[in-house]
Amino acid sequence: MYISHLWERQCLCCCVNSVSLSIPLPHSLSVSGIIAKELSSLEQEIQELRASGTTLSSEPEFEMADIMYFCRRGVESIVDDEVTKRFSAQELESWNLLTRSNFNARHISLRLSVLWGLGLFIRYSFLLPLRVTLAASGIGLLVVLTTIVGFIPSGWTYLSEKIHLMSYRICVRSLTAIITYHNSENKPKNGGICVANHTTPIDVIILANDGCYSMVGQIHGGLIGVVQRAMVKSSPHIWFERSEVKDRHLVAERLSNHVADKTKHPILIFPEGTCINNTSVMMFKKGSFEIGCTVYPVAIKYDPRFGDAFWNSSKFGMVNYLLRMMSSWAIVCSVWYLPPMSREEGEDAVQFANRVKAAIATQGGLVDLLWDGGLKRGKVKNTFKEEQQKLYSKSSINATGWPLK
Amino acid sequence: SGSNFSTITVCRELHEMGFHVSHSQITRLYSRFTSLDKGENGTLSREDFQRIPELAINPLGDRIINAFFPEGEDQVNFRGFMRTLAHFRPIEDNEKNKDPTASEPLNSRTNKLLFAFQLYDLDRDDKISRDELLQVLRMMVGVNISDEQLGSIADRTIQEADQNGDNSISFNEFIKVLEKVDVEQKMSIRFLH
Repeated sequence: MYISHLWERQCLCCCVNSVSLSIPLPHSLSVSGIIAKELSSLEQEIQELRASGTTLSSEPEFEMADIMYFCRRGVESIVDDEVTKRFSAQELESWNLLTRSNFNARHISLRLSVLWGLGLFIRYSFLLPLRVTLAASGIGLLVVLTTIVGFIPSGWTYLSEKIHLMSYRICVRSLTAIITYHNSENKPKNGGICVANHTTPIDVIILANDGCYSMVGQIHGGLIGVVQRAMVKSSPHIWFERSEVKDRHLVAERLSNHVADKTKHPILIFPEGTCINNTSVMMFKKGSFEIGCTVYPVAIKYDPRFGDAFWNSSKFGMVNYLLRMMSSWAIVCSVWYLPPMSREEGEDAVQFANRVKAAIATQGGLVDLLWDGGLKRGKVKNTFKEEQQKLYSKSSINATGWPLK
Repeated sequence: SGSNFSTITVCRELHEMGFHVSHSQITRLYSRFTSLDKGENGTLSREDFQRIPELAINPLGDRIINAFFPEGEDQVNFRGFMRTLAHFRPIEDNEKNKDPTASEPLNSRTNKLLFAFQLYDLDRDDKISRDELLQVLRMMVGVNISDEQLGSIADRTIQEADQNGDNSISFNEFIKVLEKVDVEQKMSIRFLH
């Protein structure tokens, strides 16, 4: 099993090296969208409308043509918007022989079909069983060994680290994840918080493969719960009961206590709060940035050509998702450890969070969005519409000096 | 497959309407249509549109969504979706496909102006009354302008546009008011490839 895995890894490494892992451009500069969007602001456009207007007064209040700005913007967002496409798998320029990536039912030639059939055979009869076995052994070992180590009173830190690392390495092999770590000198240290962009639960395994972290999360039932309870016996992970999750004060307190203890590993947090499809970074929740310790940003970028890692939780359950992962060609990704950041004088938590987010987006070649990942499931707040209305009122109608209400 | 059949039919229909859109553009827009169609029943409802955050925060979002739905209907199919989007094709593209026997294309200057006019005309009676103008203005400014100022703005606008003295703006009067506006540029979306 070990030898066949080595061969597989070498083959895939050759493939990866021969096609360079290019970092895609941010969407606003690329022309792969459906339309070319105007990037002018509301003020600019209103000015232009005024210039071609018919009123003779020097300070026009309102033009009937103003409606056209909102109209065009609205229709542009119907054709192509920045948010909704982040919650489904990224479309590829060329097909990677996986049926799941074939979005537009494009015509497939006979030769391509044969290749696809061959690929299907290899993936499902050879790669998948191999990987499932590996994964099972990895998780099984993790549970058993961490429980055993939990009984040993002293000297457990060293052993538990080794056990965690070993288990994660087996899991990584089981997914055939080919990971390139950059700038390892910036690896997160004890007493800090590591933040990263979130694409899939596999992000945890990708990062834990290279270092020890304390996880934060809600404790689940079932198999995941068993794993969680075993893990916490040998290493101080932070698991919350479902009822405790809503209590922001409690969460902050436990996190602060953890980082204050320098013997404990850095906490791993995904501030987006939900999985995004790895083309952009969405709003970071400010909770982890209020604690006041050093933040170690990490950017994770997956190469979609070998397998799409994004977990679309509204479409697939966890088991279905893992099977799809294990029957892809490989999970190829790059991890960049960015230099540590701390909150500066006069900067509040939200500004700090945005600064970290911008750094991660730039490094990973992702689009930096202000939109909340929670829009996957929830509605947008009315305050944003009110802001638009205020902006319009100020830039066009209020020119005559009537006081704003 | 089923989707290919329907996009070819739609393509032909749109060409007949004067909307010369390429096959790849239709495919992309069909893909967009299906991604918005959460119910997966081949039509979009108003809720499907409201799920787009950028549209939900647009002050005139509801009026724009309304433009996609024919009178009294709650669902729009792909044909209807494309027909409405056809208004936003740039006018210069028509030069290449000049056919003197064809009816006026959906993206002509007049039809673009009609689209904008219908955003104001809430009850679809082909006139913009003072009340309708006030309602639309209120949508655009929210709570930031007082009733008095808004009222005086509406009065001034109607006064300048109204020519036949019926205290409302007809479509022809609307066209006259906007004769100097670069409608082609303001009401066009550049579709790629």
